[in-house]
Parts: sequence; C-alpha cells; structure tokens
Amino acid sequence: MTEAPLPVDPPFRISMLVYDRRYRSMTFQVIVFILVMALCWWLISNTIQNLAALGKDFNFGFLFQRAGYDISQRPIPYTSDDTHLRATFVGLLNTLIVSVLGCVAATILGVAIGVARLSKSWLFARLMTVYVEIFRNIPLLLWILIIYAIFTEVMPPPSAYRGDDPAWSMILFDNVALTNRYTAIPSLGMTNDPGSLDLGARITVNWATIAFLVAIIGGWFLRDMILKRAQAIQDRTGHRPTTWWINLSVMTVPSLLLIWYFGLHLMSPELKGFNFGGGLNVHNSLVVLWLALTLYTGAFIAEIVRGGILAISHGQSEAAFALGLPPNRTMNLVILPQALRVIIPPLISQYLNLMKNSSLAIAASYMDLRATLGGTTLNQTGRELESMVLMMLIYLALSLVISAGMNMFNRRVRLKER
Amino acid sequence: MGKTSAAFVRETMLPPEPPPMRERGVVKWLHENLFPTPVSTVLTVLGVLIIWFLVDHFYAWFAHSVWNASSLPECREIIAATWGEGASGACFAVIRERWNQYVFGFYPPDLYWRATMTFGMLFVALAPILFSESREIRRIVLVVASVLTLLSMMELNAPGVWMGFAVLVFLGALTLAERRAGWLLIFSALYPLLGVWLLWGGSVWGPAMVLAGFGLGWLAFVLVGRISPVLAAAVAILAALLFWTLLAREVAQFAGWLLPLSIRAVASDQFGGFLLSITIGVAGIALSLPLGIVLALARRSDMFLVTSLAVIFIEFIRGVPLITLLFVASLLLNYFLPPGTNFDIILRVIIMVTLFAAAYMAEVIRGGLAALPRGQYEAADSLGLDYWKAQRLIILPQALKISIPGIVSTFIGMFKDTTLVTFVGLYEPLKSISDAVRNNIAWKGIYWEPFIFSGAIFFIICFSMSRYSMYLERRLQRDHR
Repeated sequence: MTEAPLPVDPPFRISMLVYDRRYRSMTFQVIVFILVMALCWWLISNTIQNLAALGKDFNFGFLFQRAGYDISQRPIPYTSDDTHLRATFVGLLNTLIVSVLGCVAATILGVAIGVARLSKSWLFARLMTVYVEIFRNIPLLLWILIIYAIFTEVMPPPSAYRGDDPAWSMILFDNVALTNRYTAIPSLGMTNDPGSLDLGARITVNWATIAFLVAIIGGWFLRDMILKRAQAIQDRTGHRPTTWWINLSVMTVPSLLLIWYFGLHLMSPELKGFNFGGGLNVHNSLVVLWLALTLYTGAFIAEIVRGGILAISHGQSEAAFALGLPPNRTMNLVILPQALRVIIPPLISQYLNLMKNSSLAIAASYMDLRATLGGTTLNQTGRELESMVLMMLIYLALSLVISAGMNMFNRRVRLKER
Repeated sequence: MGKTSAAFVRETMLPPEPPPMRERGVVKWLHENLFPTPVSTVLTVLGVLIIWFLVDHFYAWFAHSVWNASSLPECREIIAATWGEGASGACFAVIRERWNQYVFGFYPPDLYWRATMTFGMLFVALAPILFSESREIRRIVLVVASVLTLLSMMELNAPGVWMGFAVLVFLGALTLAERRAGWLLIFSALYPLLGVWLLWGGSVWGPAMVLAGFGLGWLAFVLVGRISPVLAAAVAILAALLFWTLLAREVAQFAGWLLPLSIRAVASDQFGGFLLSITIGVAGIALSLPLGIVLALARRSDMFLVTSLAVIFIEFIRGVPLITLLFVASLLLNYFLPPGTNFDIILRVIIMVTLFAAAYMAEVIRGGLAALPRGQYEAADSLGLDYWKAQRLIILPQALKISIPGIVSTFIGMFKDTTLVTFVGLYEPLKSISDAVRNNIAWKGIYWEPFIFSGAIFFIICFSMSRYSMYLERRLQRDHR
C-alpha cells in the first residue's frame, strides 16, 4: 500500500495576505483595527484641541459644586444648596420612578387590550383595534403634549372643589382630585410608626418598608421551598399534597399582620384652605408623563400579547382538551407557558423603549435625569462634554441592567431544548 | 332483494327549509358577533357606552367647527352667534390660516412649489422600488402623484420653465413605467442629489461634483479591477474621497464661473413643519437600511474584531435614548470635529437619526439572518459562491423578506422620532410650529385643532407604511400555505 504524499503547504508569500482565505480575514481585521484606531485618535485629538481652544478641561469636579436649582419632585431630600451630584441622583430616581410605574401600568393595560382584541365581541374588539392603531401610529411626543394640555387647560384649580356646590368633584369614591397643578391621591398613614433607618447622606428608609420587603421576599422563598417539597413528594409517591392554601397564607399573612401592627391606612386628600392636604399631591408632570408612556407603550404591548396568544396553534388547546384538562388548567398549563415564551423577548425591548422614552420628560417639564444632569446642570456649568458622557453612560448602564435582568427571567421560562 | 312494497315513496326533493330564526340574517350575526357569551355581552355593552361617551362629548365640538376666521376670539364669536351662548366648537380656521407653516415651516412662500415638486418626484423615484411587480398600481401611483403635484405647483405659482421640467419628468416616468420600469431606477439613484439641490437650492455644481465623485470611483473600480479585483474597491473609495476632499470645491467654483447655473438658496433654519419631518424621515430611511444590513452582517461575521466592533456600536446606540444622541449632534459634534468646522444642523440630525435607526435595523435583520435555515448557507457554499455573492444572491433576499415587518416598524418608529428634533431647536410640526402659532396673539390658547391636524397627518403616513408592509409581505410570499 502506497501512501499518498501529504499536501505540502506552499511557502508563504506576501500576496497570500490578500488572496488566501486563511490570511485574508487577518489582513482585513488589521486594516479595520488601524482605521478604527485612526478615527478614535482623530476624534480625541480634535476634542483636546477644541477644549484647549475654549480654555476648558475634562473633569467631573463640577458634580461636587452647589447646584443652585430646585427640583419639583424629590424622592430624597434635596434643596438648591445640594451638589450637582445629588441633583443628578434625584433625576435618576425620577427617571426610575416613572419608568417602573409606566412599565407596570403599560403591562396591565397592554395585556387587557391584547386579550380584548381577541374577544368574541366584534364591536369591542374593533374598538380596541382602533385604539391600538391610533396610539401606535402617532408620535409619543404628541400624546405627551395632548395629555399635558388636558391637565393644564381642562383641569380646574383646586379652588373649584370648594364650597357647598363645587364645580368639580373628586373621582374614584372621593379619593382622587385632579387639578391643574397636581393630582391629589390618598397616601399611606401609620398609627404605629417604627421610625426610619438612616442610610447616610440624608436618605432614610422607613422600617415598615423594610419589614414589608422582608415579609414579601421571605414569603416568596417559602413558597418556592414548599413547591419544591410538594414536587419531591409527587415524584416519590405520585400524590401531590395540597399546597395552595399554605402558599397563599405564607404570601399574605405576614403582610396582613404587619398592616395590622403598623396600623396602616389610606388617608384621602381633603381640601384645606386653597390646597389639598392629608393625601399625596403628585406633581402633574409625573402624571402626564406616566399616562402618556402607559397609553403609548400599552398599545405596543397589546399587539405583542395578541401575537403571542395567536402564535400558539389551535392544536395545542385541542390536545389539552383531549387529555381532559379543564379550560382554566389548559390556559395555565398549556397556552400561557408557551405564549409567554413568544411574548417576553419583545416585551423586554418595550420596557427598554419605555425607559428610554421617559427622556421625553422634557415635554412635560418632569425633572428626570435628562432634565437635571443633561438640562439645568449642563446649562449652568457649561460642561456639555462631561454631562453628556455621564448621562449616556447612566442610560447605557440602566439599559444593560434591565435587559440582563429580563433575559435571566426569559431564560427561566424559555423552552428547555436538549 | 324482493319487490319493494312501500306505501309511499317521495319522488321529488323537498325544498330546503329556511334555517331557524336564530341561525340566519341579522339575528345570527348579532348573536355570533355581539352577544355570544355573557362576557362578550358585557364587553359589547361597554363598547357601546364608550362610543356613546365619545360621541356625546366630541360630536358637538366637531359639528360646530369654524373654518373661516382670522383669530380664536373671532371663532368663539361665530360659534356663540350660530349655536348659542356657551356652545363649544372647534376652530379649524387656524389650519386654514396657518397650514403653510405646518407644511413648510419658514420656507420662502414664493418657493413652496420647489418643495412640492420635490415631494411629487419622490413618488417617481419610489415607484420602481416599491411597486416593481404591479404595473397597474405603479400607473395609478404615478398618475395621481403627477396630477396632484402639477395642480399644486400651478396653484403655488411655479415658474413656467420649472412647470415644463416637472411635466417632462412626469411624462417620461409614465412612459418608462409602462415600457421599461427598470430604467426608472436611474432616476431613483439620481433623486437624492436632485432632491437636495431643489430643496436647499444653490449652485447645480455642488450636487454635480458629488455625482462626479461617484463616477470617478466607478471608473477607478473598472480600471483597477482589470489589474487586481481585490484592490479595486479600495482604490475606488480612495479616488472618490480624494476627489471630494481635494478637488471638488475648486472644480465646482470653476464650473460655476464658466456656466453659472444656480437657483435661490434656502438656509436650513428656514426648513420646518412636515417638510422637515419628511426630509429627515426619507433621508434616514434611505440611509439606515444599507447601514443596518452592513452592521447585521458585521455582527454575524466570523472575524472577531469586526463582530465585537459591531456589537459595541449596536448596543451603545440601542442603550441610549435618541434625544441624547440629538443633543450630541447639536452640542458636542463641534468638539469632535476639527476646529472651525461647522456643518449643517439638519445634516447632523440626519446622521444621528440614521445611526440610531441603523442599530435597530441591524438587530431586525440579524433576526432574519438567524431565522434562515442553515441549509441555505450550506447550499450557497456548496455552489462555490464567495461570501458577497452568497449574501447578495441567496442569503439577503430571503433574510430581508423575513424581516420586512420589523424593518417597516423601524421605519415607522424613526419617522415618529423625527418629532424629537424640536428639542434641538428645529421647527418640527407638533411642538415648535404649534408653539410658534400660539405665540401670535390671534391664536393664543389654541391647542386641540393643531394637535388633531398634525396627528392626523402622522397617522396617515405611518398607517399607510404599515399597510404597505402587509401588501409587500403578501406579494413576496413564495411558499404555499
């Protein structure tokens, strides 16, 4: 048996850098690298030259100077004597507040409308289609402007609620008063206030909040453990112990006990003099932005939910019925887990969009990150470069954190393929 | 079988009985579509209540609308005089008075025809791309666009020479569309330069030099391609860049001195209204698709450096709000460019919007590329096609077809996002123009009518884009389902 001679690699020639596929990608990458580096060098040297010409430098020292401006909504104590850094932080918290509120409300609205569009009621389904199409095809900016105009032009001053026969009355069982400056909503009161935990930097957290957080998270863990144990028993014996009432009590009883212990109650706003007191007066800029983001994103989420449910083929529910599953268990065990898989990835990007769209707060004069760091701070200090870089990095970090968290959740519900 | 002895055998068919009351006509439809289950019945009633609420609140306002007045107080007087004291009514007279600002911004009124002509010719440029398969639709689109454009140009007092030019273009397009629609693509390729020249005005030699640069690049590509095909592309790009940076200005000046062909220039700060939105939108759409394709291919490439650069770029752009990018365009770009350069704000905004949309586009197209079965890639390889041929002939046509819905919704999102340019001081129609109108004492306090007007136009444009994408999906569907 003769052996075929092994092919000998031809000796390396310069032209192989271009013509040989093994080396060509290397050549190409080196060229790209050089070009990108040259571009970066060009941009940076331009920036250095320009900064020098303007007599500026690149440092973030301005963050520790006195801010000197007020912020209408302050989740943590803030006065105009505080630093720009604290103003930035307040702005960041405001961005987070409106984003979280918006995500929650938009999800509820979107799921409701997405399901309603599949309703058998022809009229209602059509009506919801009109809603979705109108809100999806008109810029968010217009919705913010319209809702802002409604709140400033149509809503009455607080004095309209005065007198024996007031021109306006409170809505939602006398709990919410809409005025042209703020929206008065009920606030939470405690008869047995445990005091607050001081986190330093004048940020305090009420012990009751911590207690509730512990109760809820602990309840969730307990529920997980109980379900795992039930699963283990089922695997061993074939009988699944009844767990729903234990789970329910684990989840709710500690919170109910805490409510009773702290004497938690709602305090409705009441007209005191010229303004509402007793409740919480939420600045209208937040309400406007929240409503606009909710209505706009809700329309997109509705489409995602509808698409997700329609994507599950009819055969799946028929198969479940053939197995003898009742309709509600079909929904819970067969349709929803599969639909969620289709729904969650686009839902993540809608949440990210909502967070990014909250930077349109400028149109509702809401003091978010862009209005504090990228607005007043930038204008007062003249540090465009530093402010913009910092702001973009914060938004980038927020996006990455949200998408990382949501992707983790997505991995849990995703189809386990082998 | 023996002889049958049935007492009675029917020899004729009975006429079919009509279905029972519940199963036919209006009753059946009502039963099936409005009241099939208790929940649906509740929803139907709720729907009726919502409609009644809307009609009750807004019908009178619309019905009492006034179209002829010169100020808001005058509107209110007319409404009070006609419908009685305290009646509410819409004052659409503001649209009649100020429509030109909503459409053209502060563009010189005697040049409105130029913007109108450019917009009309956009349809000529789009017809061979958007409606390449159906001659009837193409014909209808072209005829409607031609007639409307020519009529409005006449109304806007366009000069005779340009009327002649427009008639020539439209007639030529109509003839070509019937005979050789492919040739219209030449007009589509030239349209960006023509459009920029017509909108901004100035010397014809500026756009001509851009064209000359492309011509030079192509020439270099052909000439060098004979010697070394790999170097051809690099030399072509280099030749064009060198021409534009070093020679173009002088040549344009010299040509302008020889043959001064120019139309009146319009500065960027005079652009506004829907003219601005559509200019930014169309430019962004046209530029972001190719850039998005390149980015998507880069992200899926097997070269580590290229992939990581694409990932960094895409994730950075997708991680920050567009508004911050626009602020970068208006505040920071001067830092990054050589001292003393100062280029047009609309161009800067177009660049930023394009980069923004391209990052999203890249993700959409990447989804399409990933959805394509592996067999397609392997088949292309086994045919011996090189990378670019495989992409161009096999992969991209299918991947792009899969991603049409995503691509179009990115376009729609981008067009809606053009309204954000109000925050960098451009006059877009929703906020800036409405604020400008309200600044006039005559229209102080008018909110809803401008919102409805500009919202309706945005709705029409975006809604037709989404309908077009559905039409395109149907047209391109090749599998039988």
